Amino acid sequence: MQEDKLRKVVVRVCIGTGGLAAGGKAVIEAFKKAINDFCVDAEVDFTCHYQKVGCRGFCARDVLVDVVDRGKSVTYQGIKPEMARRIVLDHLINGKPVEEWLIDDSYYAFHEKQKKILLKDCGTIDPEDIQAYIDVGGYSGIKKVLSEMSPQDVISEIKASGLRGRGGAGFPTGLKWEACRKEPGDIKYIICNADEGDPGAFMDRSIIEGNPHSVIEGMLIAGYAVGSNHGYVYIRAEYPHAVERLRLAISQAMERGYLGRSIMGSDFSFNINIKLGAGAFVCGEETALIASIEGQRGMPRAKPPFPVQRGLWGKPTVINNVETLSNVPYIIRNGAAWYASVGTEKSKGTKVFALTGKVKNTGLIEVPMGIRLGEIIYDIGGGIIGDRKFKAVQTGGPSGGCIPASLLDTPVDYESFAKVGSIIGSGGMVVLDETDCMVNIAKFFLEFTQAESCGKCVPCRIGTKRLLEILDRITKGQGREGDIELLEKLSNDVKLASLCGLGQTAPNPVLSTIRYFRDEYEAHIRDKKCPAKVCKDLLTFYIIEEFCKGCGACLRACPAGAITGEKKKPHRINAEICIKCGACFDVCKFNAVRKD
Amino acid sequence: MEETFNKILERYESEDGNLISLLQDIQGEFGYIPEEAVYWFSEKLDIPPSRFYGVSTFYAQFHLKPRGRNIISVCCGTACHVKGGSKIAERIQRELGLSGEGETTEDRRFTFEVVRCVGACSLAPVVIVNDKVYSEMTVDSTSKLIKRLVKEEEGAGR
Repeated sequence: MQEDKLRKVVVRVCIGTGGLAAGGKAVIEAFKKAINDFCVDAEVDFTCHYQKVGCRGFCARDVLVDVVDRGKSVTYQGIKPEMARRIVLDHLINGKPVEEWLIDDSYYAFHEKQKKILLKDCGTIDPEDIQAYIDVGGYSGIKKVLSEMSPQDVISEIKASGLRGRGGAGFPTGLKWEACRKEPGDIKYIICNADEGDPGAFMDRSIIEGNPHSVIEGMLIAGYAVGSNHGYVYIRAEYPHAVERLRLAISQAMERGYLGRSIMGSDFSFNINIKLGAGAFVCGEETALIASIEGQRGMPRAKPPFPVQRGLWGKPTVINNVETLSNVPYIIRNGAAWYASVGTEKSKGTKVFALTGKVKNTGLIEVPMGIRLGEIIYDIGGGIIGDRKFKAVQTGGPSGGCIPASLLDTPVDYESFAKVGSIIGSGGMVVLDETDCMVNIAKFFLEFTQAESCGKCVPCRIGTKRLLEILDRITKGQGREGDIELLEKLSNDVKLASLCGLGQTAPNPVLSTIRYFRDEYEAHIRDKKCPAKVCKDLLTFYIIEEFCKGCGACLRACPAGAITGEKKKPHRINAEICIKCGACFDVCKFNAVRKD
Repeated sequence: MEETFNKILERYESEDGNLISLLQDIQGEFGYIPEEAVYWFSEKLDIPPSRFYGVSTFYAQFHLKPRGRNIISVCCGTACHVKGGSKIAERIQRELGLSGEGETTEDRRFTFEVVRCVGACSLAPVVIVNDKVYSEMTVDSTSKLIKRLVKEEEGAGR
């Protein structure tokens, strides 16, 4: 009993985006209740510390729970609130971890080829406690900078590290800072761009939710280097948890004197304001973002002058993405050489990707630059769900492209991706398999960019609309000879003539799918067929009589009442009523419903 | 209503660039941007109503019409799209008898919206009801979810 009295147990629960959605908070409550219930009854005595941590990456296995008892930590996967009682009973009271709920080999495989710099702290420290960040070396970067480095030293260090902007364009961060530092004027701004708008990317959200202080420290160091005393974080209102964590982190940093006047006794002062974005993709573009902070419609303007020359309120402004800033404290702490030792010649360090779509292990991963694409999809991602055939990986969101199976050897770095017609972008990686139609994917992205085009410049406003119309008619079986060439020509015109990055990159999904999957476009246009069986106007649904058991599942699932048939006798689909939603296809267990 | 306007005005820091925050505050109170609010604040702050209109129609977050008590959103980001998000969206529209996104049922119980990526891509496809995220949905499970929500609303007599 004496030993038990001193026993300390830690229950660590992931409450990142995935963890919360999978019920992370309820899991914590369930553990509290179970420990309360049992430990009173069984007269077992220990103190339990509940630790909430940010995203640990392996979202496919959420909720992930670590149980640390007598210094030994084990990790459970796929935990639901109702499972807490058994874990407490078997593991904490009887000393036997619940084997079948423990993480398995795929968890280790998922992590083996990763290199975690930013995400290392993300899944282990409590993001709501500044001390947790300080305990792992947090704020020692700014301390080092203030006590022993000149602003120019900091800039040289960042330049030497080779860090490039993680928001998409990959511009060298040190050069940007230097350009801003050289501008005359007393008032300068640091803006953290947390307007993560690319569909399929959630790393900035996860970093802010999991390790908000690293972003604050990055902004402080940037402020010192550039000569700025004021920072803004422009963050999507759609990320309420991230906003909440960031507010809390800022107030804790103020209390501890890491923000505000005379930071750590120096003559450097810095404040951070939060500005909530209101839902406009184009505001990820620097000049549009500035307009939005100024309270205007978020429309971009022509560059130059660049924001480092004339930015927010006309003052020199550095805009860095969340992931970029979060890298900064680690570089300062460990040195530029350490950072530059990871990666390729021109792309240094690591990159965080959101690996999603048709891979088995979805989640947030951090890999060294230069890793092969195939390693990400097969070794980390575990291959394709249902062992179907891999078709392509879409990277870079609406500004990116699709990389096909034949190019899986492509190294992950800025230059190599550009060569194959895509971009690293903010780091979305959506894996597509043989059941995905590439024309449909191109149309999906054009729907997005067309809706998000701000309308200021004609090539983007009208060009994306026309591109979408052509893609739409191809997917409806009304494509014409010459449409592919028209798409290519129009795409190149839009790229050349658009004002900002949105329009300049919007045609990329079209061009890259034509480049690698031209035959699919041709099948839609000439044969009026969708090879992947996705475009519903080109499909008919029917039931093969000898396979149909008459179970009635399809009949119940059909929202249109298009299916008729008596129980235990083959059913039929009335093609005239059928809305081609595919509900029958999805529910049929006998492979009797077919589409063609 | 005017009382609430005054409350919002007190919180408002009159500095350039706060128009978006003001609109966010108004919408936070009313769930949408009422026309009366635009004229009232326009006069108090000496900002032309056209700027209110320009800004509030530019950003997807702002609504100029009242919305339903429950907001059902389907994520149509890339990951959700390739895993069947649009089929789910179609089914929700059908179940609620609505003809498009952004619409509200006549009894104001439900508003159906399509959102562009909520950053829960690992759990795709997702449906968000008010603030709760439902993960790895199918057409079938969505249909059941909607039926349950409709029943709950009816049961509560709202």
